Amino acid sequence: MSALFLFLASFLASAVEGVEALTIVLALGITRGWRSTMIGVATASATLAVVVAALGPALTVIPIRDLRLVVGGLLLVFGLQWLRKAILRAGGFKALHDEAEIYQREAEEARLAGAERRRGVDWYAFTVAFKGVLLEGLEVAFIVLTFGSNQRNIPLAAAGAVTAVLLVAVVGVAVRAPLARVPENTMKFAVGLLLTTFGTFWAVEGAGASWPGRDAALLVLLAFYAAVSLAMVRLLRARRVSLDRLVPE
Amino acid sequence: MTSWPAAFARFLYEFVVGDDWTIAVAVAVALVAVRTLDGTAAGYLLLPAVVVVVLAVSLRRAIGHR
Repeated sequence: MSALFLFLASFLASAVEGVEALTIVLALGITRGWRSTMIGVATASATLAVVVAALGPALTVIPIRDLRLVVGGLLLVFGLQWLRKAILRAGGFKALHDEAEIYQREAEEARLAGAERRRGVDWYAFTVAFKGVLLEGLEVAFIVLTFGSNQRNIPLAAAGAVTAVLLVAVVGVAVRAPLARVPENTMKFAVGLLLTTFGTFWAVEGAGASWPGRDAALLVLLAFYAAVSLAMVRLLRARRVSLDRLVPE
Repeated sequence: MTSWPAAFARFLYEFVVGDDWTIAVAVAVALVAVRTLDGTAAGYLLLPAVVVVVLAVSLRRAIGHR
């Protein structure tokens, strides 16, 4: 069960970040040309691979209890950020992530940017593609490393991430448009729940307490956090409606 | 112009801690408490309770001024 959760969490988080990175890459590739954009993507991907390859083995030599306390705590804080934003979005207090709108903005900025070439490379396309893929990819790397090291199975976490990125890339190449129909906000909500659930589970184990039912407690925690989060969304939506009624048309 | 270590530290802070630093502080304090309650049932009940409270407080603060 933990292996399934591990793959699923890594896959979902990577798919979400992959969709966001794809929007940036498409906007740059179509407006500035593919060569420099893809050099930026390849350089960022290589950097991320080095980060995972360097930190992965280092994390697995840390005693599991200490690792779970520190990494579980970090994962919980990180997951609560995702969940908080997802609840605010679903409750109507934060704008939904709109890939079509982001694509238009990125493409417009790319068209207006000046043309600076260094060693035959369009510097704008390279740096924006590099930065976009690196920043989105770092979140994936963080999740792969924390989940993988805690489960002592970084290859499975990495497999989930690579599968998602390949899937997004293949669909992106096929449609040549931002993947605006992907239920990104729902996926972010699910990832926030998974990160918070695993973060809580591992941090408590690392702190020395043990869960009744062992791994089965993960399902109970996930259901509990899902129920609480959905209740919070309902409360926020009701608040949004009452606030909108106060504002004159 | 900031130095790169300062810029990197700022990036790490924003990456992990994000918009609301009180969440990180509450989780850290809760983990110390769980460790103190080593082996008791309260150990595993405490952290989910703290998570719910800190999330509710953070959301309330986020929408509070509207």
